[in-house]
Amino acid sequence: MRTTDERERNPWLQRLHIDGPLLVALLALAALSLVTIYSASGQDWQMTERQGIRIGIAFIVMLGIAQIPLSAIQRWSLPLFAVGVALLLGVLLFGISVNGAQRWLDIGVTRIQPSELMKLAVPMAIAWFIAEHGIPPSKRRLAAAFVLLLIPTLMIAKQPDLGTSLLIACSGIFVLFLAGMSWRLIIFFIIAVGSFIPVLWLFLMREYQRQRVLTFLDPERDPLGSGYQIIQSKIAIGSGGIEGKGWLQGTQSQLEFLPERHTDFIFSVFSEEFGLVGVIVLLLIYGFVIFRGMIISMRAQRTYHKLLAGSLTLTFFVYVMVNIGMVSGLLPVVGVPLPLISYGGTSMVTLLAGFGLIMGISTNRRLVMHG
Amino acid sequence: MVKQRATIRDHQAESALFARRAWVALLLTTVVFAILLYNMYGLQVTQHQNFQTRSNDNRIKVVPLAPNRGLIYDRNGQLLAENRPVLSLELVPERVPDLDATLSRLQQLLSISDQQVEEFQQNRKRERRFNQIILLDRLNEAQVARFAVRQHEFPGVSIEARLVRYYPHGDLLTHALGYVAKINRNDLEKLRAEGVHANYVATRTMGKLGIERFYEEQLHGVIGYQQVEVDIHGRPIRTLSVEPPVPGQDLQLELDLDLQRYAHEQLGDGRGSIIVMDPRDGGLLAMVSKPGYDPNWFAQGISYQQYEGLLSSPHSPLLNRSTQGGYPPASTIKPQLAILGLEENIITPDTKIWDPGWFKIKNIDHRYRDWLAWGHGWVDVASAIIESCDTFFYDLALKMGIDTISEHMSQYGFGDYTGIDIAEESAAVMPSRGWKRARFNEPWYAGETISIGIGQSYWTATPIQLAVATSVLVNRGKRPVPRFLQKIQEGDIELPAVVEQKPPVILKNPDNWDIALDAMVDVVSGVKGTARSAFQNVQFTSGGKTGTAQVRSIAQDEKYIAEDIAEKYRDNAMYVGYAPADNPEIVVVVTLENAGGGGSVAAPLARNIMDFYFNQERQRANN
Repeated sequence: MRTTDERERNPWLQRLHIDGPLLVALLALAALSLVTIYSASGQDWQMTERQGIRIGIAFIVMLGIAQIPLSAIQRWSLPLFAVGVALLLGVLLFGISVNGAQRWLDIGVTRIQPSELMKLAVPMAIAWFIAEHGIPPSKRRLAAAFVLLLIPTLMIAKQPDLGTSLLIACSGIFVLFLAGMSWRLIIFFIIAVGSFIPVLWLFLMREYQRQRVLTFLDPERDPLGSGYQIIQSKIAIGSGGIEGKGWLQGTQSQLEFLPERHTDFIFSVFSEEFGLVGVIVLLLIYGFVIFRGMIISMRAQRTYHKLLAGSLTLTFFVYVMVNIGMVSGLLPVVGVPLPLISYGGTSMVTLLAGFGLIMGISTNRRLVMHG
Repeated sequence: MVKQRATIRDHQAESALFARRAWVALLLTTVVFAILLYNMYGLQVTQHQNFQTRSNDNRIKVVPLAPNRGLIYDRNGQLLAENRPVLSLELVPERVPDLDATLSRLQQLLSISDQQVEEFQQNRKRERRFNQIILLDRLNEAQVARFAVRQHEFPGVSIEARLVRYYPHGDLLTHALGYVAKINRNDLEKLRAEGVHANYVATRTMGKLGIERFYEEQLHGVIGYQQVEVDIHGRPIRTLSVEPPVPGQDLQLELDLDLQRYAHEQLGDGRGSIIVMDPRDGGLLAMVSKPGYDPNWFAQGISYQQYEGLLSSPHSPLLNRSTQGGYPPASTIKPQLAILGLEENIITPDTKIWDPGWFKIKNIDHRYRDWLAWGHGWVDVASAIIESCDTFFYDLALKMGIDTISEHMSQYGFGDYTGIDIAEESAAVMPSRGWKRARFNEPWYAGETISIGIGQSYWTATPIQLAVATSVLVNRGKRPVPRFLQKIQEGDIELPAVVEQKPPVILKNPDNWDIALDAMVDVVSGVKGTARSAFQNVQFTSGGKTGTAQVRSIAQDEKYIAEDIAEKYRDNAMYVGYAPADNPEIVVVVTLENAGGGGSVAAPLARNIMDFYFNQERQRANN
């Protein structure tokens, strides 16, 4: 069976380290991104063009990363993580504040956001740390991995950037889960996290974060203030109905009732204009990307590859879940974009860089077998 | 050690473990997707209607459209009240980012005075939120141009075209037409109480006085609505639907603008009133009260100073003398009293009394003087009316008694509202024993009845009451209700005004009407008629009665010499007349404050009015 699959592979794509089906799905998402941003921006062609350029760059980055030998990536996992932590320390000490959050570091030439680097470096480092000694990991190693994971997570939470720290924590936890961490431990951790929530609420969360949670629990509590976004978003989604209001016809978005409509709330615009039918199509594409990523991870030869590809894929899934969950009122509003659709270059590049790693892994197997 | 462990790694087992976990993860992923989709189904299908409605509530704003106020015409179709477009600079404070800065920049740009800004701030307090408030009224072309160029710098500020009530004839018709003025808080409460508040949402002014007030319901019209799609900033994007307002109904009045103007001129600078009424149906051809004021002040927003000036003027320009001025009716009511004497059989047409120039009650020294110091000699009821003999009526009144007089005079409408179609009306006073008891808690004295005989004492009447009382005479009992409205014009449909009648005066002996009316004809045409000189060489027949009311009582030994007393204590001159003598078409009531004798001052004006009226008729007939 495996060999049949091998034979069907396009050798040209193989040589470029590209997984065809995944590429097609990602390109479909990119196309939907442009279509929706054009509408969400109030038919701003310039903005759409800028996003097009970013998508182009991100795809180039993806292809570039796919070409890097996986042995090198594996070797550089820990050093990259170390550099990332150093940069995060730099952010905490010398970072630039934007809107009350200190996320950027000025390195002279340009500003960088080290937390984005960590989105890749954390799963790489944890996967390396675990894979090095085989799975399932020992309890000691697991504990060490948790410590390793906790450092960047807390540093990013401190910025504060709840969304990113959550995604990074997930990426590490997914590695441990896929590595076969015992179910008993998993249940223990769920309980531990559950009892940590009051501590989080009382000591770690900022006022605006608490507000977000309260608003999530009851958006109508403050319909003109912080609940406004969720209410308007639900109105947009709900009024879209089954078939949607049509492209460029969404009144909630076109008349600017929706906040953040081309960034975090772009899913509301999409749902309003394309309805449940569009939503199903979008979820099918996302589902396919995730399924494909997991298949690639399962087919990978080396444990490190498996863990990394699996973790990156599941983190991508968390993006989708958190964003759609928050704009449709299931989850509190945390700043997580709709992956590959929302306007913005940084997350687009990071995400596609991750897919570059996955593609490298998907095409590496053959090289290992035949090389 | 690391290498050692690596060598014993079981890749197959690791792969299997990973695959198991990967499938678990995929399963969880699928469950989460199912939950997301189920939630989307709930929002987009189950709750779709609800969110559809809320989405529409967001984007669709209902903009009320004010109806155009009905126009008012005179009987010949001359425009008396119209609507004129006016451009005003208006702003919505809630939509202006920095109100103070915007105001000061606008002040510079359009040279708006500090006082106007102050007024705006005052108005702002009274307005509802998100309402447009006028900053500058009646913009000129230069101001419009200057603002238009820089409009983008002033969010929330715009130039609006509105229709504003305009009275082209100014103070000529004030006391009849009244005026519209800005709807204030009290008006709003009243409208709310009447349940018509919703109809006024878009309306800025309403009738506050006169015909404008009385026929507010007809003139106002019905509000319209426009559905507009707006963005989050409230900016209209497009119009979705329009339900146009129904304009108010046009009124055509019985008023004759030319006659009104003539009467207005006749009054000159004096204080007083002229009423021309058709006795047959109560139609008011002219009603002037002087002094007046320009109703456009109110329609365009009167300033505090202007209003204060009107309020404090010693000449009371705000008073509608025709309907609110309570004057002693004086001798003008002698015909009605004569009829009452005849009806009560206290006198007959042949009863004669000797008038020595005064009247006194037996055993009481006080002399009630006749206006003719040397007396009229032997007078019967006809000559008493013609010569306006006071002594005859002193005697008659005393014999009839106050309660009989009060009861019967009330039938002519004294002491009661005439029912004219404006709200500004006084009932004046038709005194009686009961009235005096209630008013002063004092008994009625016989001496007061004597003064009642010449329309003095506590008796007051408004000119419009005199017009009605005179109409009752010429109608031989029929009592019309004075009325401005001739018809309401609603599109092509004409709705004629309802002609009302009050209960008529019915005489046991209808011939008594003729005794009084014949005497009134002789007032203008008889040798001894008090209005004879005023009505020399007239082209028409007429009847009338003069009246001269003392404003201040004169001491027993004092002589009334007009030149010697302050103007405000001079006599009021009155004249009630009708023409033609047979089948009268008009009743004219002239009231002149502190002007002198009725026969010498008021009667000539009445004659001029009648001349004008019949000339007009003749011209119309020729055309």
